[in-house]
Parts: sequence; structure tokens; C-alpha cells
Amino acid sequence: MRYPRWFWAAFGAPGLLWIGVLFLVPLYVILAVAMGTVDPIFLSPVPVWNPLDWSTTAFEQIIEGLGPGEQFFVVFVRTFVYVALALALSLAIGYPVAYFIARHGGRFKGLLLVGLVAPFWISYLMRMLAWVNLLQDEGYVNRALMALELLDTPRNWLDGRASTVILGLVYGYVPFLILPLYAALDRIPRDLLEAARDLGASSAQAFRRVTLPLSKPGILAGSVIIALPMFGDYYTPDLLSGSPRTNIIGNQINLYIHGPQVTVGAALTVVLMLLLVVLMVYYLASMARSARELGP
Amino acid sequence: MRGALAWWRNPWGRPRFLFLFTLVYMAWSIVPILMAVRFSFNDGRSRSTAQGWSTRWYWQEPDLSVWNDPSLRQALFQSLELASLAMLIAVPLGVALALSLTRWRGRGAGSARFVSLFPIVTPEIVMGTALFLTFVHLFRFVELGTTAQLLGHVTFSIAFVIIVVRGRLLSIGPEYEEAAQDLGASPVQALRLVLMPLLVPAIFASLMIVFAISIDDFVISAFLSRDASTETVPVKIYANARGAPTPALNALASVMLFAAMLAIALAVGAYKLAQRARGERAAAIEDFAQMRL
Repeated sequence: MRYPRWFWAAFGAPGLLWIGVLFLVPLYVILAVAMGTVDPIFLSPVPVWNPLDWSTTAFEQIIEGLGPGEQFFVVFVRTFVYVALALALSLAIGYPVAYFIARHGGRFKGLLLVGLVAPFWISYLMRMLAWVNLLQDEGYVNRALMALELLDTPRNWLDGRASTVILGLVYGYVPFLILPLYAALDRIPRDLLEAARDLGASSAQAFRRVTLPLSKPGILAGSVIIALPMFGDYYTPDLLSGSPRTNIIGNQINLYIHGPQVTVGAALTVVLMLLLVVLMVYYLASMARSARELGP
Repeated sequence: MRGALAWWRNPWGRPRFLFLFTLVYMAWSIVPILMAVRFSFNDGRSRSTAQGWSTRWYWQEPDLSVWNDPSLRQALFQSLELASLAMLIAVPLGVALALSLTRWRGRGAGSARFVSLFPIVTPEIVMGTALFLTFVHLFRFVELGTTAQLLGHVTFSIAFVIIVVRGRLLSIGPEYEEAAQDLGASPVQALRLVLMPLLVPAIFASLMIVFAISIDDFVISAFLSRDASTETVPVKIYANARGAPTPALNALASVMLFAAMLAIALAVGAYKLAQRARGERAAAIEDFAQMRL
């Protein structure tokens, strides 16, 4: 390398400074507020910057609320159930689609890929708005179901149904799963499958013992990349149900941060971050691995 | 009908169940959006039933259309302004950081890489809360509103620029710059004359991606908004979706959709031109789908 040693480090300085001041420092601010005190008169949070003076009152309140049947217990369990079901459904829908396009797209591949990529450029909120339109009492979903005689009277789909929220999450996030799945499946060399078939594997065996294991990194990375935003979602339940019956962790954070108990909101954010940190680090590690495969 | 049956039973064709499944998926994914756009052209006031065709909810209706309702028009300009500014700040910062993270081999490079990609895996609600509390309690000189939103948008955009540019840098390799320096170029010349032209498609793609994720962003914009005057289009949709009395909200969302389509068409065109100029095969969509920009 003929560059002076400081050359490339200097290039990164402005960006790293930006991330330090507007990402790392704010993460510390959450901690300082969560472990801070509350002004006795105005009830506004007072951040405590020195870790030696931190108080754990807000966390104690959350731990109390995590007893079976208590407020936070219900919300945490609900969040895990919603995310698990939405993730399972997304895989069940996404894998076959990604597989078909990667393996059998043929001359329609370009067109099918446009269909896959399109939702990336359409605002998430607009995609939810589209379903709010369709799921109205006099909307086309009810009309279609009544025309097929599956329903006698219009059903109110938007009044706090778990099923609507879970399907909304699937609709919202499945495109972000399909793309990494497609990339993983498309990279599998066809020779490996031909070899498996030549050596006597049935097509089901070839799928189970060659395609599926080789697409596992794509499945894991895709699942993590949609599970993370699902855990932090609050707008999907708000738009598609709006009822406290479908509140998940994100709704609670949003309510507390903009309500009277900001410290509890900050503490909930810390808890969420701790729950997700394993997934986050896993994804970063898998990204670093694929970058190493690409480069020197 | 018989043709369809014969196609279904033909054992040599492509897997028919998967083909139908994919078609149904595509319809499920696209048709609701088309319906939402359709309602925006309604002649009546319904947002759930097709009622004739008109552009009244775009600009004709005196007080309620996108153009004539100050709060809707305001949201449109707020979104476009934020996205343009975020693009202009995040892309130079991100490109420089990507160069640094890829070529810098010294101590600290590993943790710098880890930290700069961390925003991408941080749920937006965490980042929204963090920035909101920071601007309220620590950096009080930054008021909530456009400035705070812009700072937030740039912060989460940088990581996307890094991914796109770094992918390209890794596939280029260090050989071109080394050759240039062997032939007498200074480090800055090697960067400017050799590396930068090779990075043009990646820079272009980054501009597009930052614009798109900034325009789509909801959580950060909502957490850092001051009042109704700094709401962006997604925030407006969130606030009004369940109560909106007219298709004007659909029209607002559709305008953003058309803008995005136009931007993509421009970007794909430019990407193809750039590739053709270098004599490469042009398949922008496939490159995007495989994340090798």
C-alpha cells in the first residue's frame, strides 16, 4: 500500500464523528433517562449522566409488571406470539416464491423481480393504508366474502383483531424476507443439484439435502432482518386495529415516551434493545462474513 | 379450459403449483396498492368503493384536495425537502466512510466497521426514542422539527450507503489504484481519476436508496416532528388513515408513489447508460435484487 497510513482513517473521520454524536451518544441518553429521576413538581424526566448515581426505579416497575398476568407480561407475550406467527407465515409464503423465481423464473425472471422489488419503493404506511381501504365495513374484502357466501353480514376487520394485525405484519415485511432468500437461492450452483440427481436422489431428496441446507444462511438472515423491525413496530397495530387488545412492545414504548412516564418508556426501550441484541449481532456477523467472501 | 387442464397436467413444464403460488403472491402484493391509487381518482367521497373517475382530490377540490389543503401540501413538501437534503448529506459522508472502512487496515478498523453498520439493525423505535430524548434533554439547541428530522434521517441512511459502496469496492479490489500509483499517480489522483469513476454506479444507487428510505421513513419523522407543520407524508397517513373523510389522503400517498416511480425510472436509465458506457451487461433490476450494486 502506497497510501500514507492516516489517509484512509482520515476519510472515515466525519462519518464516524456523525455516528458517534448522533447514534452512540443518544443510546447513552436513553440509559441516562431510564436510570434518571423524575422532577417532583413537573413530573418530567431528569436524566442522570453519572452512572454512579443511577436509579433503577423504572426497571423495578417493569419487572413488577412482568409478573404472570400483569400489564407488561401480557404485552411481551403478545409481541413474541405475533412476531413468531408473522415470521412463520412469511417464511411459508416467501420461500416458495423466492424458490420459484430463482429456479424457474425463465424468461419472466426480470418481470417477476420487478414485482418483488416494487414494494421496496412504496411507503410502508401507504401499503397499510391500502388495506385500511379494503377492510372497511363496505370495502371490497367484505363484499367479496359476501359474494362468495362466506359471510352473511359485513365483518368489522379493523376493530382489534389479532389476525388482522398478524396478516398486516406479514404483508408489510414479507418482501424484505423474499429478497435475501432469492439472493441465497439464486447463488446455489445448479451442478450441485444435477450431481445429487445423478447420484440417485429424488427431487425431494435433492431439495431437502442440497437446496435447503445451502439456503439456510439466507433463511436466517432474512428472518432476522424482518424480525427486528417487527419487534419495534407500533404503527401496524395502530392502523389495523387501534385497540389496546393488540398492543405490542412498540405501542407501549410509544405511549410512555409521549405520555407522563417517560422514564418507564426509556427503560422499556433498553429492555427491548437487550432482548434483540443477540439477533442484531448475529446479523452484523453474517454481513461481515459475506463481505469477506467478496473481498480480499 | 381444456388448454388450462392440459397445462396443469403436463409433467414436463415448470412446477405448476409454485407458478400459481407466485402469481397469487404477486397479485396479493400489488393489487391492494393499485386499488388505493384507484380510490384516489374517485369522483365521489368514498375511500373504499370505486365511484367514477376524476382528479378532484389531487387539485380541483377547493379546500380538501392535496394541492389546496395546506396541511397535505405541507406534508408533501416536508417529505421531499427532507429526502433531498438527507441524500445530499448522507451520500458524501457514507461514501467517504465506506472507502475508509474498506481500505483502512489499522487498529480500530474492525470496531469502526461494527459501529457504523449498527444503525441498520437497530429497530427504528429505539433510534427514534434515543434521538428524541437527546434533542429534548442534551442537545437542546437542536429544536424538534425539520433540523432534528434531517439529522435523524442522515444517521440511519449512512449505513445503507456504506453497504452499497462497500460491496462495489470489494468487488473492484485494490489493483486499479495500485496500478495507477505504480504509473506515478499520487494517492489523491488515484482516488479521483481511477476509483471515483468506478464508483459512479454505486454512488448513484446510494442516492436513490437514501431518497427512497428517507421518503418512506415513518418512526424517526414522527418522533422528531414538532407539530402538524413538520409532519411528513407517512406521518400524515398514520394520523389520518382511520379517520380520513375523503380520498385526498389516497391522492397524497399516490403522489409519493408516482414520484418514486419516476425516480426509479430515471435511476435505472442512468444506471444502464453508465454500464453501457463501460461495456458491461445491463441488468439493473437483477443487480438490485441480488444486492450486488
